[in-house]
Amino acid sequence: MAEAFWALGRATGVVSLVLFTVTVLLGILTRSGRPALGLPRFAVTLVHRNVSLLATVLVIIHVASLLADPYAQLRLVDVVVPFLGTAKPFWLGLGTFAFDLVLALVVTGLLRQRLGQRAFRFVHWFSYAMWPVAVLHTLGDGSDVGKSWLVLLLVLCVGSVLVSLAWRMSATFIEYQHTRFEEARR
Amino acid sequence: MTRQSLHIDWTACDGRGLCTELLGPLLVRDEWGYPRAAGYGSDVPIPGSFVADARDAVALCPRLALSLQEVRTPARS
Amino acid sequence: MSTVEMTIPRAAVAPPMGVNRLFAAGAPDLASHLARFGPAPLGLTPGQLLGELEASGLDGRGGAGFATWRKLAAARTSAGPTAYSAPVVIANGAEGEPMSAKDEILLRHAPHLVLDGLLLAAAVTGAREVHLYSGPVQLASVRRAIAERSDARGVILHEAPDYFVSGEASAVVSAIETGVAIPRDRRVRLAVSGLGGRPTVVSNVETLAHVALVARFGAAWFRSVGTDDSPGTRLLTVSGDAVDRKVIEATGGLPLAEALGAVGIDTSRLRAVLVGGYHGAWVPASDLWVRLSNRELEPYGTRPGAGILVALGEQHCGLAASVGIARYLAAQSARQCGPCVNGLPAMAEVLARLAAGGGSARLPDEVRRLAAVVTGRGACRHPDGTARFVLSTLEAFESDVRAHLAGYCEVTHP
Repeated sequence: MAEAFWALGRATGVVSLVLFTVTVLLGILTRSGRPALGLPRFAVTLVHRNVSLLATVLVIIHVASLLADPYAQLRLVDVVVPFLGTAKPFWLGLGTFAFDLVLALVVTGLLRQRLGQRAFRFVHWFSYAMWPVAVLHTLGDGSDVGKSWLVLLLVLCVGSVLVSLAWRMSATFIEYQHTRFEEARR
Repeated sequence: MTRQSLHIDWTACDGRGLCTELLGPLLVRDEWGYPRAAGYGSDVPIPGSFVADARDAVALCPRLALSLQEVRTPARS
Repeated sequence: MSTVEMTIPRAAVAPPMGVNRLFAAGAPDLASHLARFGPAPLGLTPGQLLGELEASGLDGRGGAGFATWRKLAAARTSAGPTAYSAPVVIANGAEGEPMSAKDEILLRHAPHLVLDGLLLAAAVTGAREVHLYSGPVQLASVRRAIAERSDARGVILHEAPDYFVSGEASAVVSAIETGVAIPRDRRVRLAVSGLGGRPTVVSNVETLAHVALVARFGAAWFRSVGTDDSPGTRLLTVSGDAVDRKVIEATGGLPLAEALGAVGIDTSRLRAVLVGGYHGAWVPASDLWVRLSNRELEPYGTRPGAGILVALGEQHCGLAASVGIARYLAAQSARQCGPCVNGLPAMAEVLARLAAGGGSARLPDEVRRLAAVVTGRGACRHPDGTARFVLSTLEAFESDVRAHLAGYCEVTHP
């Protein structure tokens, strides 16, 4: 039984990292305001939202299964408070930190209409912190990190995010950027 | 009788185009990408068949620039 | 309305005769004010004063021309029972419009009349908070006036920045709330929810000064000068080639030619008159018989508004002058709303291409199209007013537009 939890924990960890990577890519795509992959803009937004929720569900299973697995030595406190773990406290702590950020991102995302744009956007910027922390956690704590399939996967994830970040900061990123005057940001 | 009206907060609107996809042909984009309803400005009357789409547009607007309001219209004689 | 009038106690002082009303005291101090006008009749019930204001036909003098009694009654109706829902009255003396000076002159020469009107408006609406918003020079005059009397100590003063949209009603509320005088999005009227969510009246200072006079001398006296649809007097700021912003008090419904003549402008050598300021419209020099009333100015797309008249001498090209104004208005956008930020410069530049001469015959239609694109699509009326002005340029200088398209100008290169 413990073996099952351990396997489930490892698998959901990797899959949720892939899904969070896709979420970040779709988030950047959403911000550019362009339709993509044959989808209209509102659909890109919806896919961004739904993939992020799916990733969150998987990361919750990841945490829960490792809590249930005696070998992982994970305590309840390690789920929310980072860097207190018994095994590899630093690398585990990064996972906890990323998990806390995910919860904040999901809650503010779901309550966006209530919170208002300013608070939502402030918290949402932390996506750019959550994702690299999650990647580092995978690198430091991942049991499969020596395996070539995981190395290839991580290279793909990091590469795709770096490429879209470069696009994000380029002059052609936002639709209508060249036909518009900039509005004052207040 | 009451009917729904979509209010556009232009100070928030960034012309991302989601509402014009959901509410076309009621809303179209102007040459800079901002939503425009023929004959209307900041408050666009929404026919009954478009109300569900308008609710989606309000929920999905990336800038929270849209809101639906009920407006009272005088009964037609 | 005569029954309402009967119940009003008449002022002990004789009402000002003729057209010199707002400045009749002759000096800004309290003693001169009281000697000429007597004390403000604070014993009036709200119903009495509202009835008298309705009968007077007094409308707002800030530009929009909304009926004053209706504005005050709306805030009174929206009032809630607590201090947090009691109405707020704001006297608006901000004149972002560069061709207007009448509010500044009024606040410097008759501050007590404005304060009387402000306190009366507060009493009518049940307001517990009263503000006055204007430029720094005028504020100094108001401050001196407040120091002379005991009933205006509660008036909270705010300095208005000097740019075009700083006097727009929602910008005024925003300035008082946050210190930043920019228009904001409104889903409900200010009379329902304005400053801090309370019912709010933003009223031009000249309007309030007239309220103070109507309260004292009654609607019949107010209407004893002026025309049926433009009763009483109104302040005008008149400019021309050799005349820089002269402020006069004129009877309502005065023909344009008389208003211009009153400040010494030679009406035989004009090309057009801009009526209502930069958000107003051109009236060609052939039509100077037109009266300053809503009814007679409607065909031109403007109204007396804030009483701004700018005469354009016959030696000037109407299109060139309009390009300068359109560019100024585009630059005065608060840069919040996409259609305004982008549409006004685009409209001004198409007008400039038209004025440069020899351009495509489609340019006038492109100006009209852009005017339609921006109209109604902003948090405030700045795009609407700018579009109206630009459209009036095409109409008032119609033959010169054709001349420019053909490559010459009726004025500078005949």
